[in-house]
Amino acid sequence: MSAYPESMQASIRKVEETRLSRAKEEFPKLSLKERQELLQQFHPDYREGGRRELKVGVNRGQRVPNELADLFEGLSLIRPHEIDLHRIQREVDVLVIGGGGGGASAALFASECGARTLLTTKLRFGDSNTLMAEGGIQAAVGPYDSPVLHYLDTMGGGGFENLPNLVWALVEDAPLILEWLARLGVMFDRNEDGDLLASFAGGQCRRRVHSAADYTGMEIMRVMRDEVYSRGIEVIEFCPAVELLLDEKGRCGGAIFIHLDTKERFVIRSKTTILATGGIGRLHIQGFPTTNHYGATADGLVIANRAGAKIIFMDAIQFHPTGTAYPEQLVGLLVSEAFRGWSAQLVNCEGKRFINELETRDVTSSATIREVVERKKGVSTPTGMQGVWLDTPLVELNKGKGTIHRIFPHLFHRFHTFGIDITKEPILVYPTQHYQNGGLLIDENGETTVPNLFAAGEVSGGVHGRNRLGGNSLLDIFVFGRRAGILAAERSKETKVGKLSLNHIIEYERELQREGILKKEIKSPILLPDYRYERALPQTHQ
Amino acid sequence: MERKERRLIPIHIFGKRYEVPEGLTIQKAMEYSGYQFIRSCGCRGGICGACLTEYRTPKDYKIKMVLACQSLVEPEMQITQSPFIPMNRARYELEKLRAQSDILGRIYPEIFRCLQCNTCTRVCPMEIPVMEYIACAIRGEIERVAHLSFPCVMCGACASKCPAEISQPHVALLARRIYGRHMLTLPQRLYQRMEEIKQGKYEWVLERLVQLPTSKLIELYTQREQEPQESNHWVPKEIDFPENRLREERE
Repeated sequence: MSAYPESMQASIRKVEETRLSRAKEEFPKLSLKERQELLQQFHPDYREGGRRELKVGVNRGQRVPNELADLFEGLSLIRPHEIDLHRIQREVDVLVIGGGGGGASAALFASECGARTLLTTKLRFGDSNTLMAEGGIQAAVGPYDSPVLHYLDTMGGGGFENLPNLVWALVEDAPLILEWLARLGVMFDRNEDGDLLASFAGGQCRRRVHSAADYTGMEIMRVMRDEVYSRGIEVIEFCPAVELLLDEKGRCGGAIFIHLDTKERFVIRSKTTILATGGIGRLHIQGFPTTNHYGATADGLVIANRAGAKIIFMDAIQFHPTGTAYPEQLVGLLVSEAFRGWSAQLVNCEGKRFINELETRDVTSSATIREVVERKKGVSTPTGMQGVWLDTPLVELNKGKGTIHRIFPHLFHRFHTFGIDITKEPILVYPTQHYQNGGLLIDENGETTVPNLFAAGEVSGGVHGRNRLGGNSLLDIFVFGRRAGILAAERSKETKVGKLSLNHIIEYERELQREGILKKEIKSPILLPDYRYERALPQTHQ
Repeated sequence: MERKERRLIPIHIFGKRYEVPEGLTIQKAMEYSGYQFIRSCGCRGGICGACLTEYRTPKDYKIKMVLACQSLVEPEMQITQSPFIPMNRARYELEKLRAQSDILGRIYPEIFRCLQCNTCTRVCPMEIPVMEYIACAIRGEIERVAHLSFPCVMCGACASKCPAEISQPHVALLARRIYGRHMLTLPQRLYQRMEEIKQGKYEWVLERLVQLPTSKLIELYTQREQEPQESNHWVPKEIDFPENRLREERE
């Protein structure tokens, strides 16, 4: 018996009718001009009123999503005069803020370079978007692949606006990162010959994504966590950083933390600091559901902006084409891009394709929005959500029976729990907020525009331009986590921290007040999203 | 709105009664009841193991362990959460370990205390055959432990109920790491590629590319050859692309 209501099953029958005839069909890719037109018409980034210009601070003049601007214009969680900066709870060489893949790799490399390293994190160590990454990690190791092709793919995906020196670092370090992870014991998928398995993601001219089934991020994260503990690196959980500290030379010299349980506030002084706090999905930009972790609330951006770190491309948000649209308990959750890499197709309510599934994410999402909003070819759920079909049974047809169990065991299990057998029935999907393409501006060693403040992972920006390719995020966090960890450790050896202060907070709030835009009702960073009461109910975000 | 018509059902969170709309996950039902999670909430997608939850329903003696984000509320269920299960992990240097059959038992000797009660398997929210992989661990079958335990989200349900007091998720993690590090091999090609990069094989091309005007970059981008879906015996027409083009220009 199908878990889909009869109204949706009627459309599924049409998908089944067309399946064989389109199984091997080549759907043409769009030209760059067509891609641009589609984006301008349908991508949420281009919607009027979704973004606004920042009026104060080092990022004055930059346009960012309203939801983020609100936090930038809110009050700090601390009143500077209430904090005694002479009472230092802990002193370290390298302070890593954030316990996902970026933070863990930064801590491992900093510690290996001999720095006294401390890793702090808001929730549990490992709680992050890293562990939710399903598809995999890019690295050009195939015989007909090269870092050069990886470079071209990445630049094209980002609209040719990516910072070239960062992309260079990304593609050149990719193979060594893959080898490093495998040496830590990550069980990357192998093919029948025992060779590394590689799949496609959108926008790639070669198959280059390395996976550990559809648990890639989780497998990597649990291995890294184990390694951090084995090396004896100290970890403090449930303590988010709520402000950064600067010395008289404007260099970052630590941070103020809040213990989430006891509400105790404390100071950690550090010679260098690495921010790896992740993304902003839980701000629900333009009301979209998100694939992101509960903790993805832009904390790092908020405090770094106050401390004077420049941002880049923060107006570019990635909407993943295949967020779940049904059942409503799973709305927004990621359905791996690898499905399309393994030949699953996107089809409308009539079972017809409307885009080459391996276009870049921004393009594919825009095409889906066009299909539903303009062409009215979406499929409606009983609660009024709409979507298109991701024809997963096609994978079994094209790649052999049992492929889904082998490559996508987690997604099979997740849908099976709700009565849907994705080897036999398609999944209803709609774009969902997935990734912040931009972030804190860094150089190729991960340093921000604030001296001695580094950034790694989703909180940083530039390498992906305006749109990230699938498989480049798991890569980017380790490439820049490693580089930031190494340089932060080296820098710490020659750094003497000066007198710490919170004057930048006072000054920033004064500036907001002068502009008349200080939002006293908002305290930021928000640290936790609020889904209490009615907000817990499924929303239709279209 | 449809949601107004949802039927309310009673549930008991830590012994206190609430009425919540049916069809919600336990996690969302708790939020609907006014909880803002610090613990017991993570990925909200069944992969992080933060929201381990125990419950009983009336007229059923069984106590069930689930992930709150993956399970729906039932009328009159009594819920408690276990956001943290104390588990012991050993410290080791993976590089120095060898894939010997007694390695798991040497590092975690408590596995020999297993009573084969199968409670671990019964409570696992990921439906992993936990007792079976512990039996494999005792027999030294590292590869089988690695594969059987692979979906483990380390929520600790098994460890919390084990009468032999084994920390199963850590035994499994050790087995997977030994398997990944010492039993799987990496292709020579990967090391070759790393060596090529180290020797600077791509350096001049990348140096050219980062300086190229966008129009030129776009030209190369659009001329890339696409590897097809079925590419078992595929060979690109132009193997040294885009090096060839840039080399020609240079000469």
